[in-house]
Amino acid sequence: MVPLSAYLILSAFLFATGVVGVATRRNVLIIFMSIELMLNAVNLAFVAFSRFLHSMDGQIIVLFVMTVAAAEVAVGLAIIIALFRNKETVDVAEINLMKW
Amino acid sequence: MIQYIWLVPLFPLLGVVINGLFGRQYIKEKAHWVAIPATALSFLVALGVFFEVVAGKTLNWDLYTWVAVGDFTATLGFLVDPLSAVMMLVVTFVGFLIHVYSIGYMHGDSGYYRFFAYMNLFMFSMLTLVLANNYFLMFLGWEGVGLCSYLLIGFWFEKKSAADAGKKAFVVNRVGDAGFLLGLLLIWSSFGSLRFSEVFEAAGQTLEVGSTLATAITLLLFLGAVGKSAQLPLYVWLPDAMEGPTPVSALIHAATMVTAGVYMVARSNPLYNLAPLSMDVVAWVGALTAVFAASIALTQNDIKRVIAYSTISQLGYMFLAAGVGAYASGIFHLATHAFFKALLFLGAGSVIHALRGEQDIRRMGGLLPHMKITGYTFLIAALANAGIPPFAGFFSKDEILFAAISSGRPFSFYLWALGALGAFGTAFYMFRLFFLTFTGESRVDRHVAHHLHESPPNMAIPLAILGLFSVIAGFAGFPPEKGLYHRFVAPVFEGGHNLEKAAHAPAPPEALMAFISVLIAASGIVTAYLFYLRRRELPDRLAQRFHGFYQLLFNKYWVDELYQAIFVDFGKWLCHRLWGFDDRVVDGAVNGSSWLTIAFSWGSDWYDLRIVDGVVNRIADVIQGGSQVFKRAQTGLIQNYILAMALGIFAIVTIYLFL
Amino acid sequence: MSPPFTINDLWAISPEMVLTTAAIILLILDFLLPPGRRAVVGYTGLLGIGATFAALGASAGVRAEAFSGMYLSDPFTLFFKTIFLLIAALIILISLNYLSVEGVDQGEYYALVLFATVGMMIMAASGDLLSLYIGLETMSLSIYVLAGFLRKDRRSNEAALKYLLMGAFSSGILLYGMTLLYGLSGSTNLKAISRTLAAQDLHNPALTLAMILLAAGFGFKIATVPFHMYLPDAYEGAPTSVTAFMSVGPKAAGFAVLLRVFLLAIPSLQGSWVQLFYVLSVLTMTVGNVVAIAQKNIKRMLAYSSIAHVGYLLIGLVAGSPLGISAILLYLLVYILMNVGAFAMVILLCRQGLRGDQIEDFSGLAQKSPLAAATMLIFLLSLAGIPPTGGFVAKFYVFGAAIKAGYVLLAVIAVVNTAISLFYYMRVAMVMYMREEPSPITALSPSRPLHWALAIAILGILIIGVYPGPFLGWAWVSLTGLL
Repeated sequence: MVPLSAYLILSAFLFATGVVGVATRRNVLIIFMSIELMLNAVNLAFVAFSRFLHSMDGQIIVLFVMTVAAAEVAVGLAIIIALFRNKETVDVAEINLMKW
Repeated sequence: MIQYIWLVPLFPLLGVVINGLFGRQYIKEKAHWVAIPATALSFLVALGVFFEVVAGKTLNWDLYTWVAVGDFTATLGFLVDPLSAVMMLVVTFVGFLIHVYSIGYMHGDSGYYRFFAYMNLFMFSMLTLVLANNYFLMFLGWEGVGLCSYLLIGFWFEKKSAADAGKKAFVVNRVGDAGFLLGLLLIWSSFGSLRFSEVFEAAGQTLEVGSTLATAITLLLFLGAVGKSAQLPLYVWLPDAMEGPTPVSALIHAATMVTAGVYMVARSNPLYNLAPLSMDVVAWVGALTAVFAASIALTQNDIKRVIAYSTISQLGYMFLAAGVGAYASGIFHLATHAFFKALLFLGAGSVIHALRGEQDIRRMGGLLPHMKITGYTFLIAALANAGIPPFAGFFSKDEILFAAISSGRPFSFYLWALGALGAFGTAFYMFRLFFLTFTGESRVDRHVAHHLHESPPNMAIPLAILGLFSVIAGFAGFPPEKGLYHRFVAPVFEGGHNLEKAAHAPAPPEALMAFISVLIAASGIVTAYLFYLRRRELPDRLAQRFHGFYQLLFNKYWVDELYQAIFVDFGKWLCHRLWGFDDRVVDGAVNGSSWLTIAFSWGSDWYDLRIVDGVVNRIADVIQGGSQVFKRAQTGLIQNYILAMALGIFAIVTIYLFL
Repeated sequence: MSPPFTINDLWAISPEMVLTTAAIILLILDFLLPPGRRAVVGYTGLLGIGATFAALGASAGVRAEAFSGMYLSDPFTLFFKTIFLLIAALIILISLNYLSVEGVDQGEYYALVLFATVGMMIMAASGDLLSLYIGLETMSLSIYVLAGFLRKDRRSNEAALKYLLMGAFSSGILLYGMTLLYGLSGSTNLKAISRTLAAQDLHNPALTLAMILLAAGFGFKIATVPFHMYLPDAYEGAPTSVTAFMSVGPKAAGFAVLLRVFLLAIPSLQGSWVQLFYVLSVLTMTVGNVVAIAQKNIKRMLAYSSIAHVGYLLIGLVAGSPLGISAILLYLLVYILMNVGAFAMVILLCRQGLRGDQIEDFSGLAQKSPLAAATMLIFLLSLAGIPPTGGFVAKFYVFGAAIKAGYVLLAVIAVVNTAISLFYYMRVAMVMYMREEPSPITALSPSRPLHWALAIAILGILIIGVYPGPFLGWAWVSLTGLL
């Protein structure tokens, strides 16, 4: 049997990858994917805990997180499309109209 | 009736709200139709309450608890006892008359509605101050009247001298208010309450007479009073405050606000009775101020400034009374003074109005035939101020002088002597002013001269009413110490009097002392008569003979210059000596925002009245510089924000887990 | 085994059900109405809020844990639900005319406001990490859309995108904290977590990490430094009515869940999170106030000012006493009124083609309309905390609670910060009163609903300022079940 720590390390690794992706990639769509990666890392940890604690709560949360993430992507893509229509860019470095 | 006491401050507040909101657009020239009914109603309620207090009712009533954290509670509460009833009546009555007078005086001014809104705001704040049943609410009222005072001094803010005078009043009063606030903190930390009744009870039970705590509290409170009531050494703002419209000088800088310090000391009498040292300080500061200000008034030529120095001097008498334990006499003088000093200012305003803004008495003279009401009421006020029986000022001032000599304190004779000297000066400068303004030959500018006219009825009638009260108000205090007034207020000052009586030394008979003080006042008037009507060459000869002394008085003892030298020039000199820099380098160093240089230039700017533009701006510069720096962190780039967030979390985690 | 839920459970969520239904009706109504009659949708939304309020009153007596503890119906919930409904009503009032000025008079705006409000209500009522997360996302998703509601406006797009990306990122962090907490305690129920942790060794680094991640996740919603950086941009770009909503709704809801989680689930860690919030509080108010000084855009200035206010609010949590927590609730109530009021003033100046959101646009307002200038002045005085406004009373209680709890230094820092804040609030007042030259704004918005919102805000501030007793009593009572 795979120990809990293995799942947690993988989860932490995925989460860190997601954070780094969000912080470094310039393309909004890829930033979005990195955020999804973070959420999935969390999901993995939830499921792993759920299995080892013999409690269903964690798995239920995962279902909800996935649903919410789908909704978030829908809203996010809509906003990106609206922005793209006005500005024709998906590079976050160019999205800096407001500062200071 | 007494339960409707909250209406007294409420009416002026409504006046402020209405004039403030609708004044500019809708009410405009009719602003007095709002402001005057507000003060009139307030006065009527106050009168009703007053009669109930006379009938023996008192009230110490919390409307409700405003804020309370643990053992600190601030309540919105009223204290109506004989002391606050007298004050309330004086404030509303004199306030009402001055409002009426202002209709004529301020007619046609572009800020007409603004003037009445400020005046009503002042009435509201002053009544809050007077009727409060705890120090916290009193302090709010205290700051409120201060705010109105600056607003009204600088009412004609387009005039630079007026704006500067407002700033000067602001700065000087900050010094006093800091003392007051520290006193309040000390009271709260010692007694756990700011309610008058609780504080006085706790103080009476826990403190010994002469204890350090009582002395510290009372001295700090007195510092506040010195600032607000313009005593030595913080009196310098009051003469400059005359830049405001004359009704303001009458209401705020003569009759009511400046007496708030006296009221506060009288209100705190149970504390002062525990601190003989503070009492001596109060008495001596008062006596010295009385003589000092009177001596400056001898040589001044601006009609309003003479009266302003006279106000400072009379306030000194009130403190002298409070300092020797005769609080009742101090408040009595406060009330009579409110009538005749308001009358003097309004009379002066009437003269200035008639002469199209002329304030220099060297260009007046012979006005009496042209302005009968103004002239004769001015004469009444001058007699009252000089202390000639049967006018109001005689009774109250005589009482103070008698209280001073019979107080049994060390050196009480010298206190009396200072007071008497001041009384001579008072009589002299009052009649110098009267003779130069209203009698003799006219020195009025010819263009103005043939426009001379008595003021309109709405200005003249208040003068007449105040004149009446300047004649009769004194009888409330006759016979001395047993009169109507004294029986009325006695309960408030009971504790103190017993204390005083115990230390009573054998005193000279009262009638004799009264006779002496009348003699002194009369000789002052006669001297003025000789100088300015009979032998007009005398003043100049005297001025030449005692040239140095005359210059000293004429230049107001060079106090303004002295303060300039100490606080401004010496600071700069110190700065230069310590740094060996010239002005440019100092400025350069300031710009380089060297901390030490800023600290020194704070000192150097202190009395420069650039304190507001200087010190505050310099602090502001530092903060603003920081603001500009920090603002740059907001780059507008999402990923920098994400990074900041991630790094923030990382830093917190690091600190928690590894430190 | 007890049934999964009973009819009583449905009573507990009846306000949310009514409001959700109302929002759906608005969406349908929007289809049926001809264009140009969209204000009807807004008024129907107000009716829906009224109905929800009635449902809230009816369910107030149901004091229970519904859905096996997932949903709490206690006085604390009631307090927050009431202020959320107040927020929603005020926002609809200030939006009614503004939307047509901006040219986006669309009915779904009102539906989104109501959905976001439903989310906040779920957050305040949640007794479980799951319901908390659902509520949070319901609120956030609706507000992301609202922030980008001016589809043609680049600033609005940018605000929405920044808010969305940062929000999703912070959700990830929050979830990671939740999963750690779940793993350590074996439950997602707040009370169960508290019971399990009470028996555990508290020096577990994973537990500390969970606490920090939760603080960061909620810190993003309420915008504490250093999780605040999205906020000025999002506030500046969003439509002003939405900015007003964003500045009060998510913050109040964020505080509701922050208090719930930290006081109900991990009170055993109090010794450690007090230090964290102490530092965050000092940083937040200082950065907020200092940077606000350099702003020229009034929406941005108010954004930084709202950051500073979060710093003051956190002081109550640091004090941790019932007095401190009730002071937070009172402060939130006042904050909602004065902040919505200040943004409503910005809307009042907004005309077709002119945004009216520069501080300079206020110049000479006292000449043009003394009433408007006086109203703004009272909001500014309240924000600065000067008596006799509600802002003073609220600050007084928060600072007082800190001093009583022994955090004198924190109170002193806060007072110094208040002094700094006077500087930029009074600058707006100076511009209104001292400048004579007229600004390009020729007339004020004639919208009646907007005037109503302003009147409600100003009356609320003055009443709380002069007679705070009942309101503090209400906040105090609302703590039962929390502490």
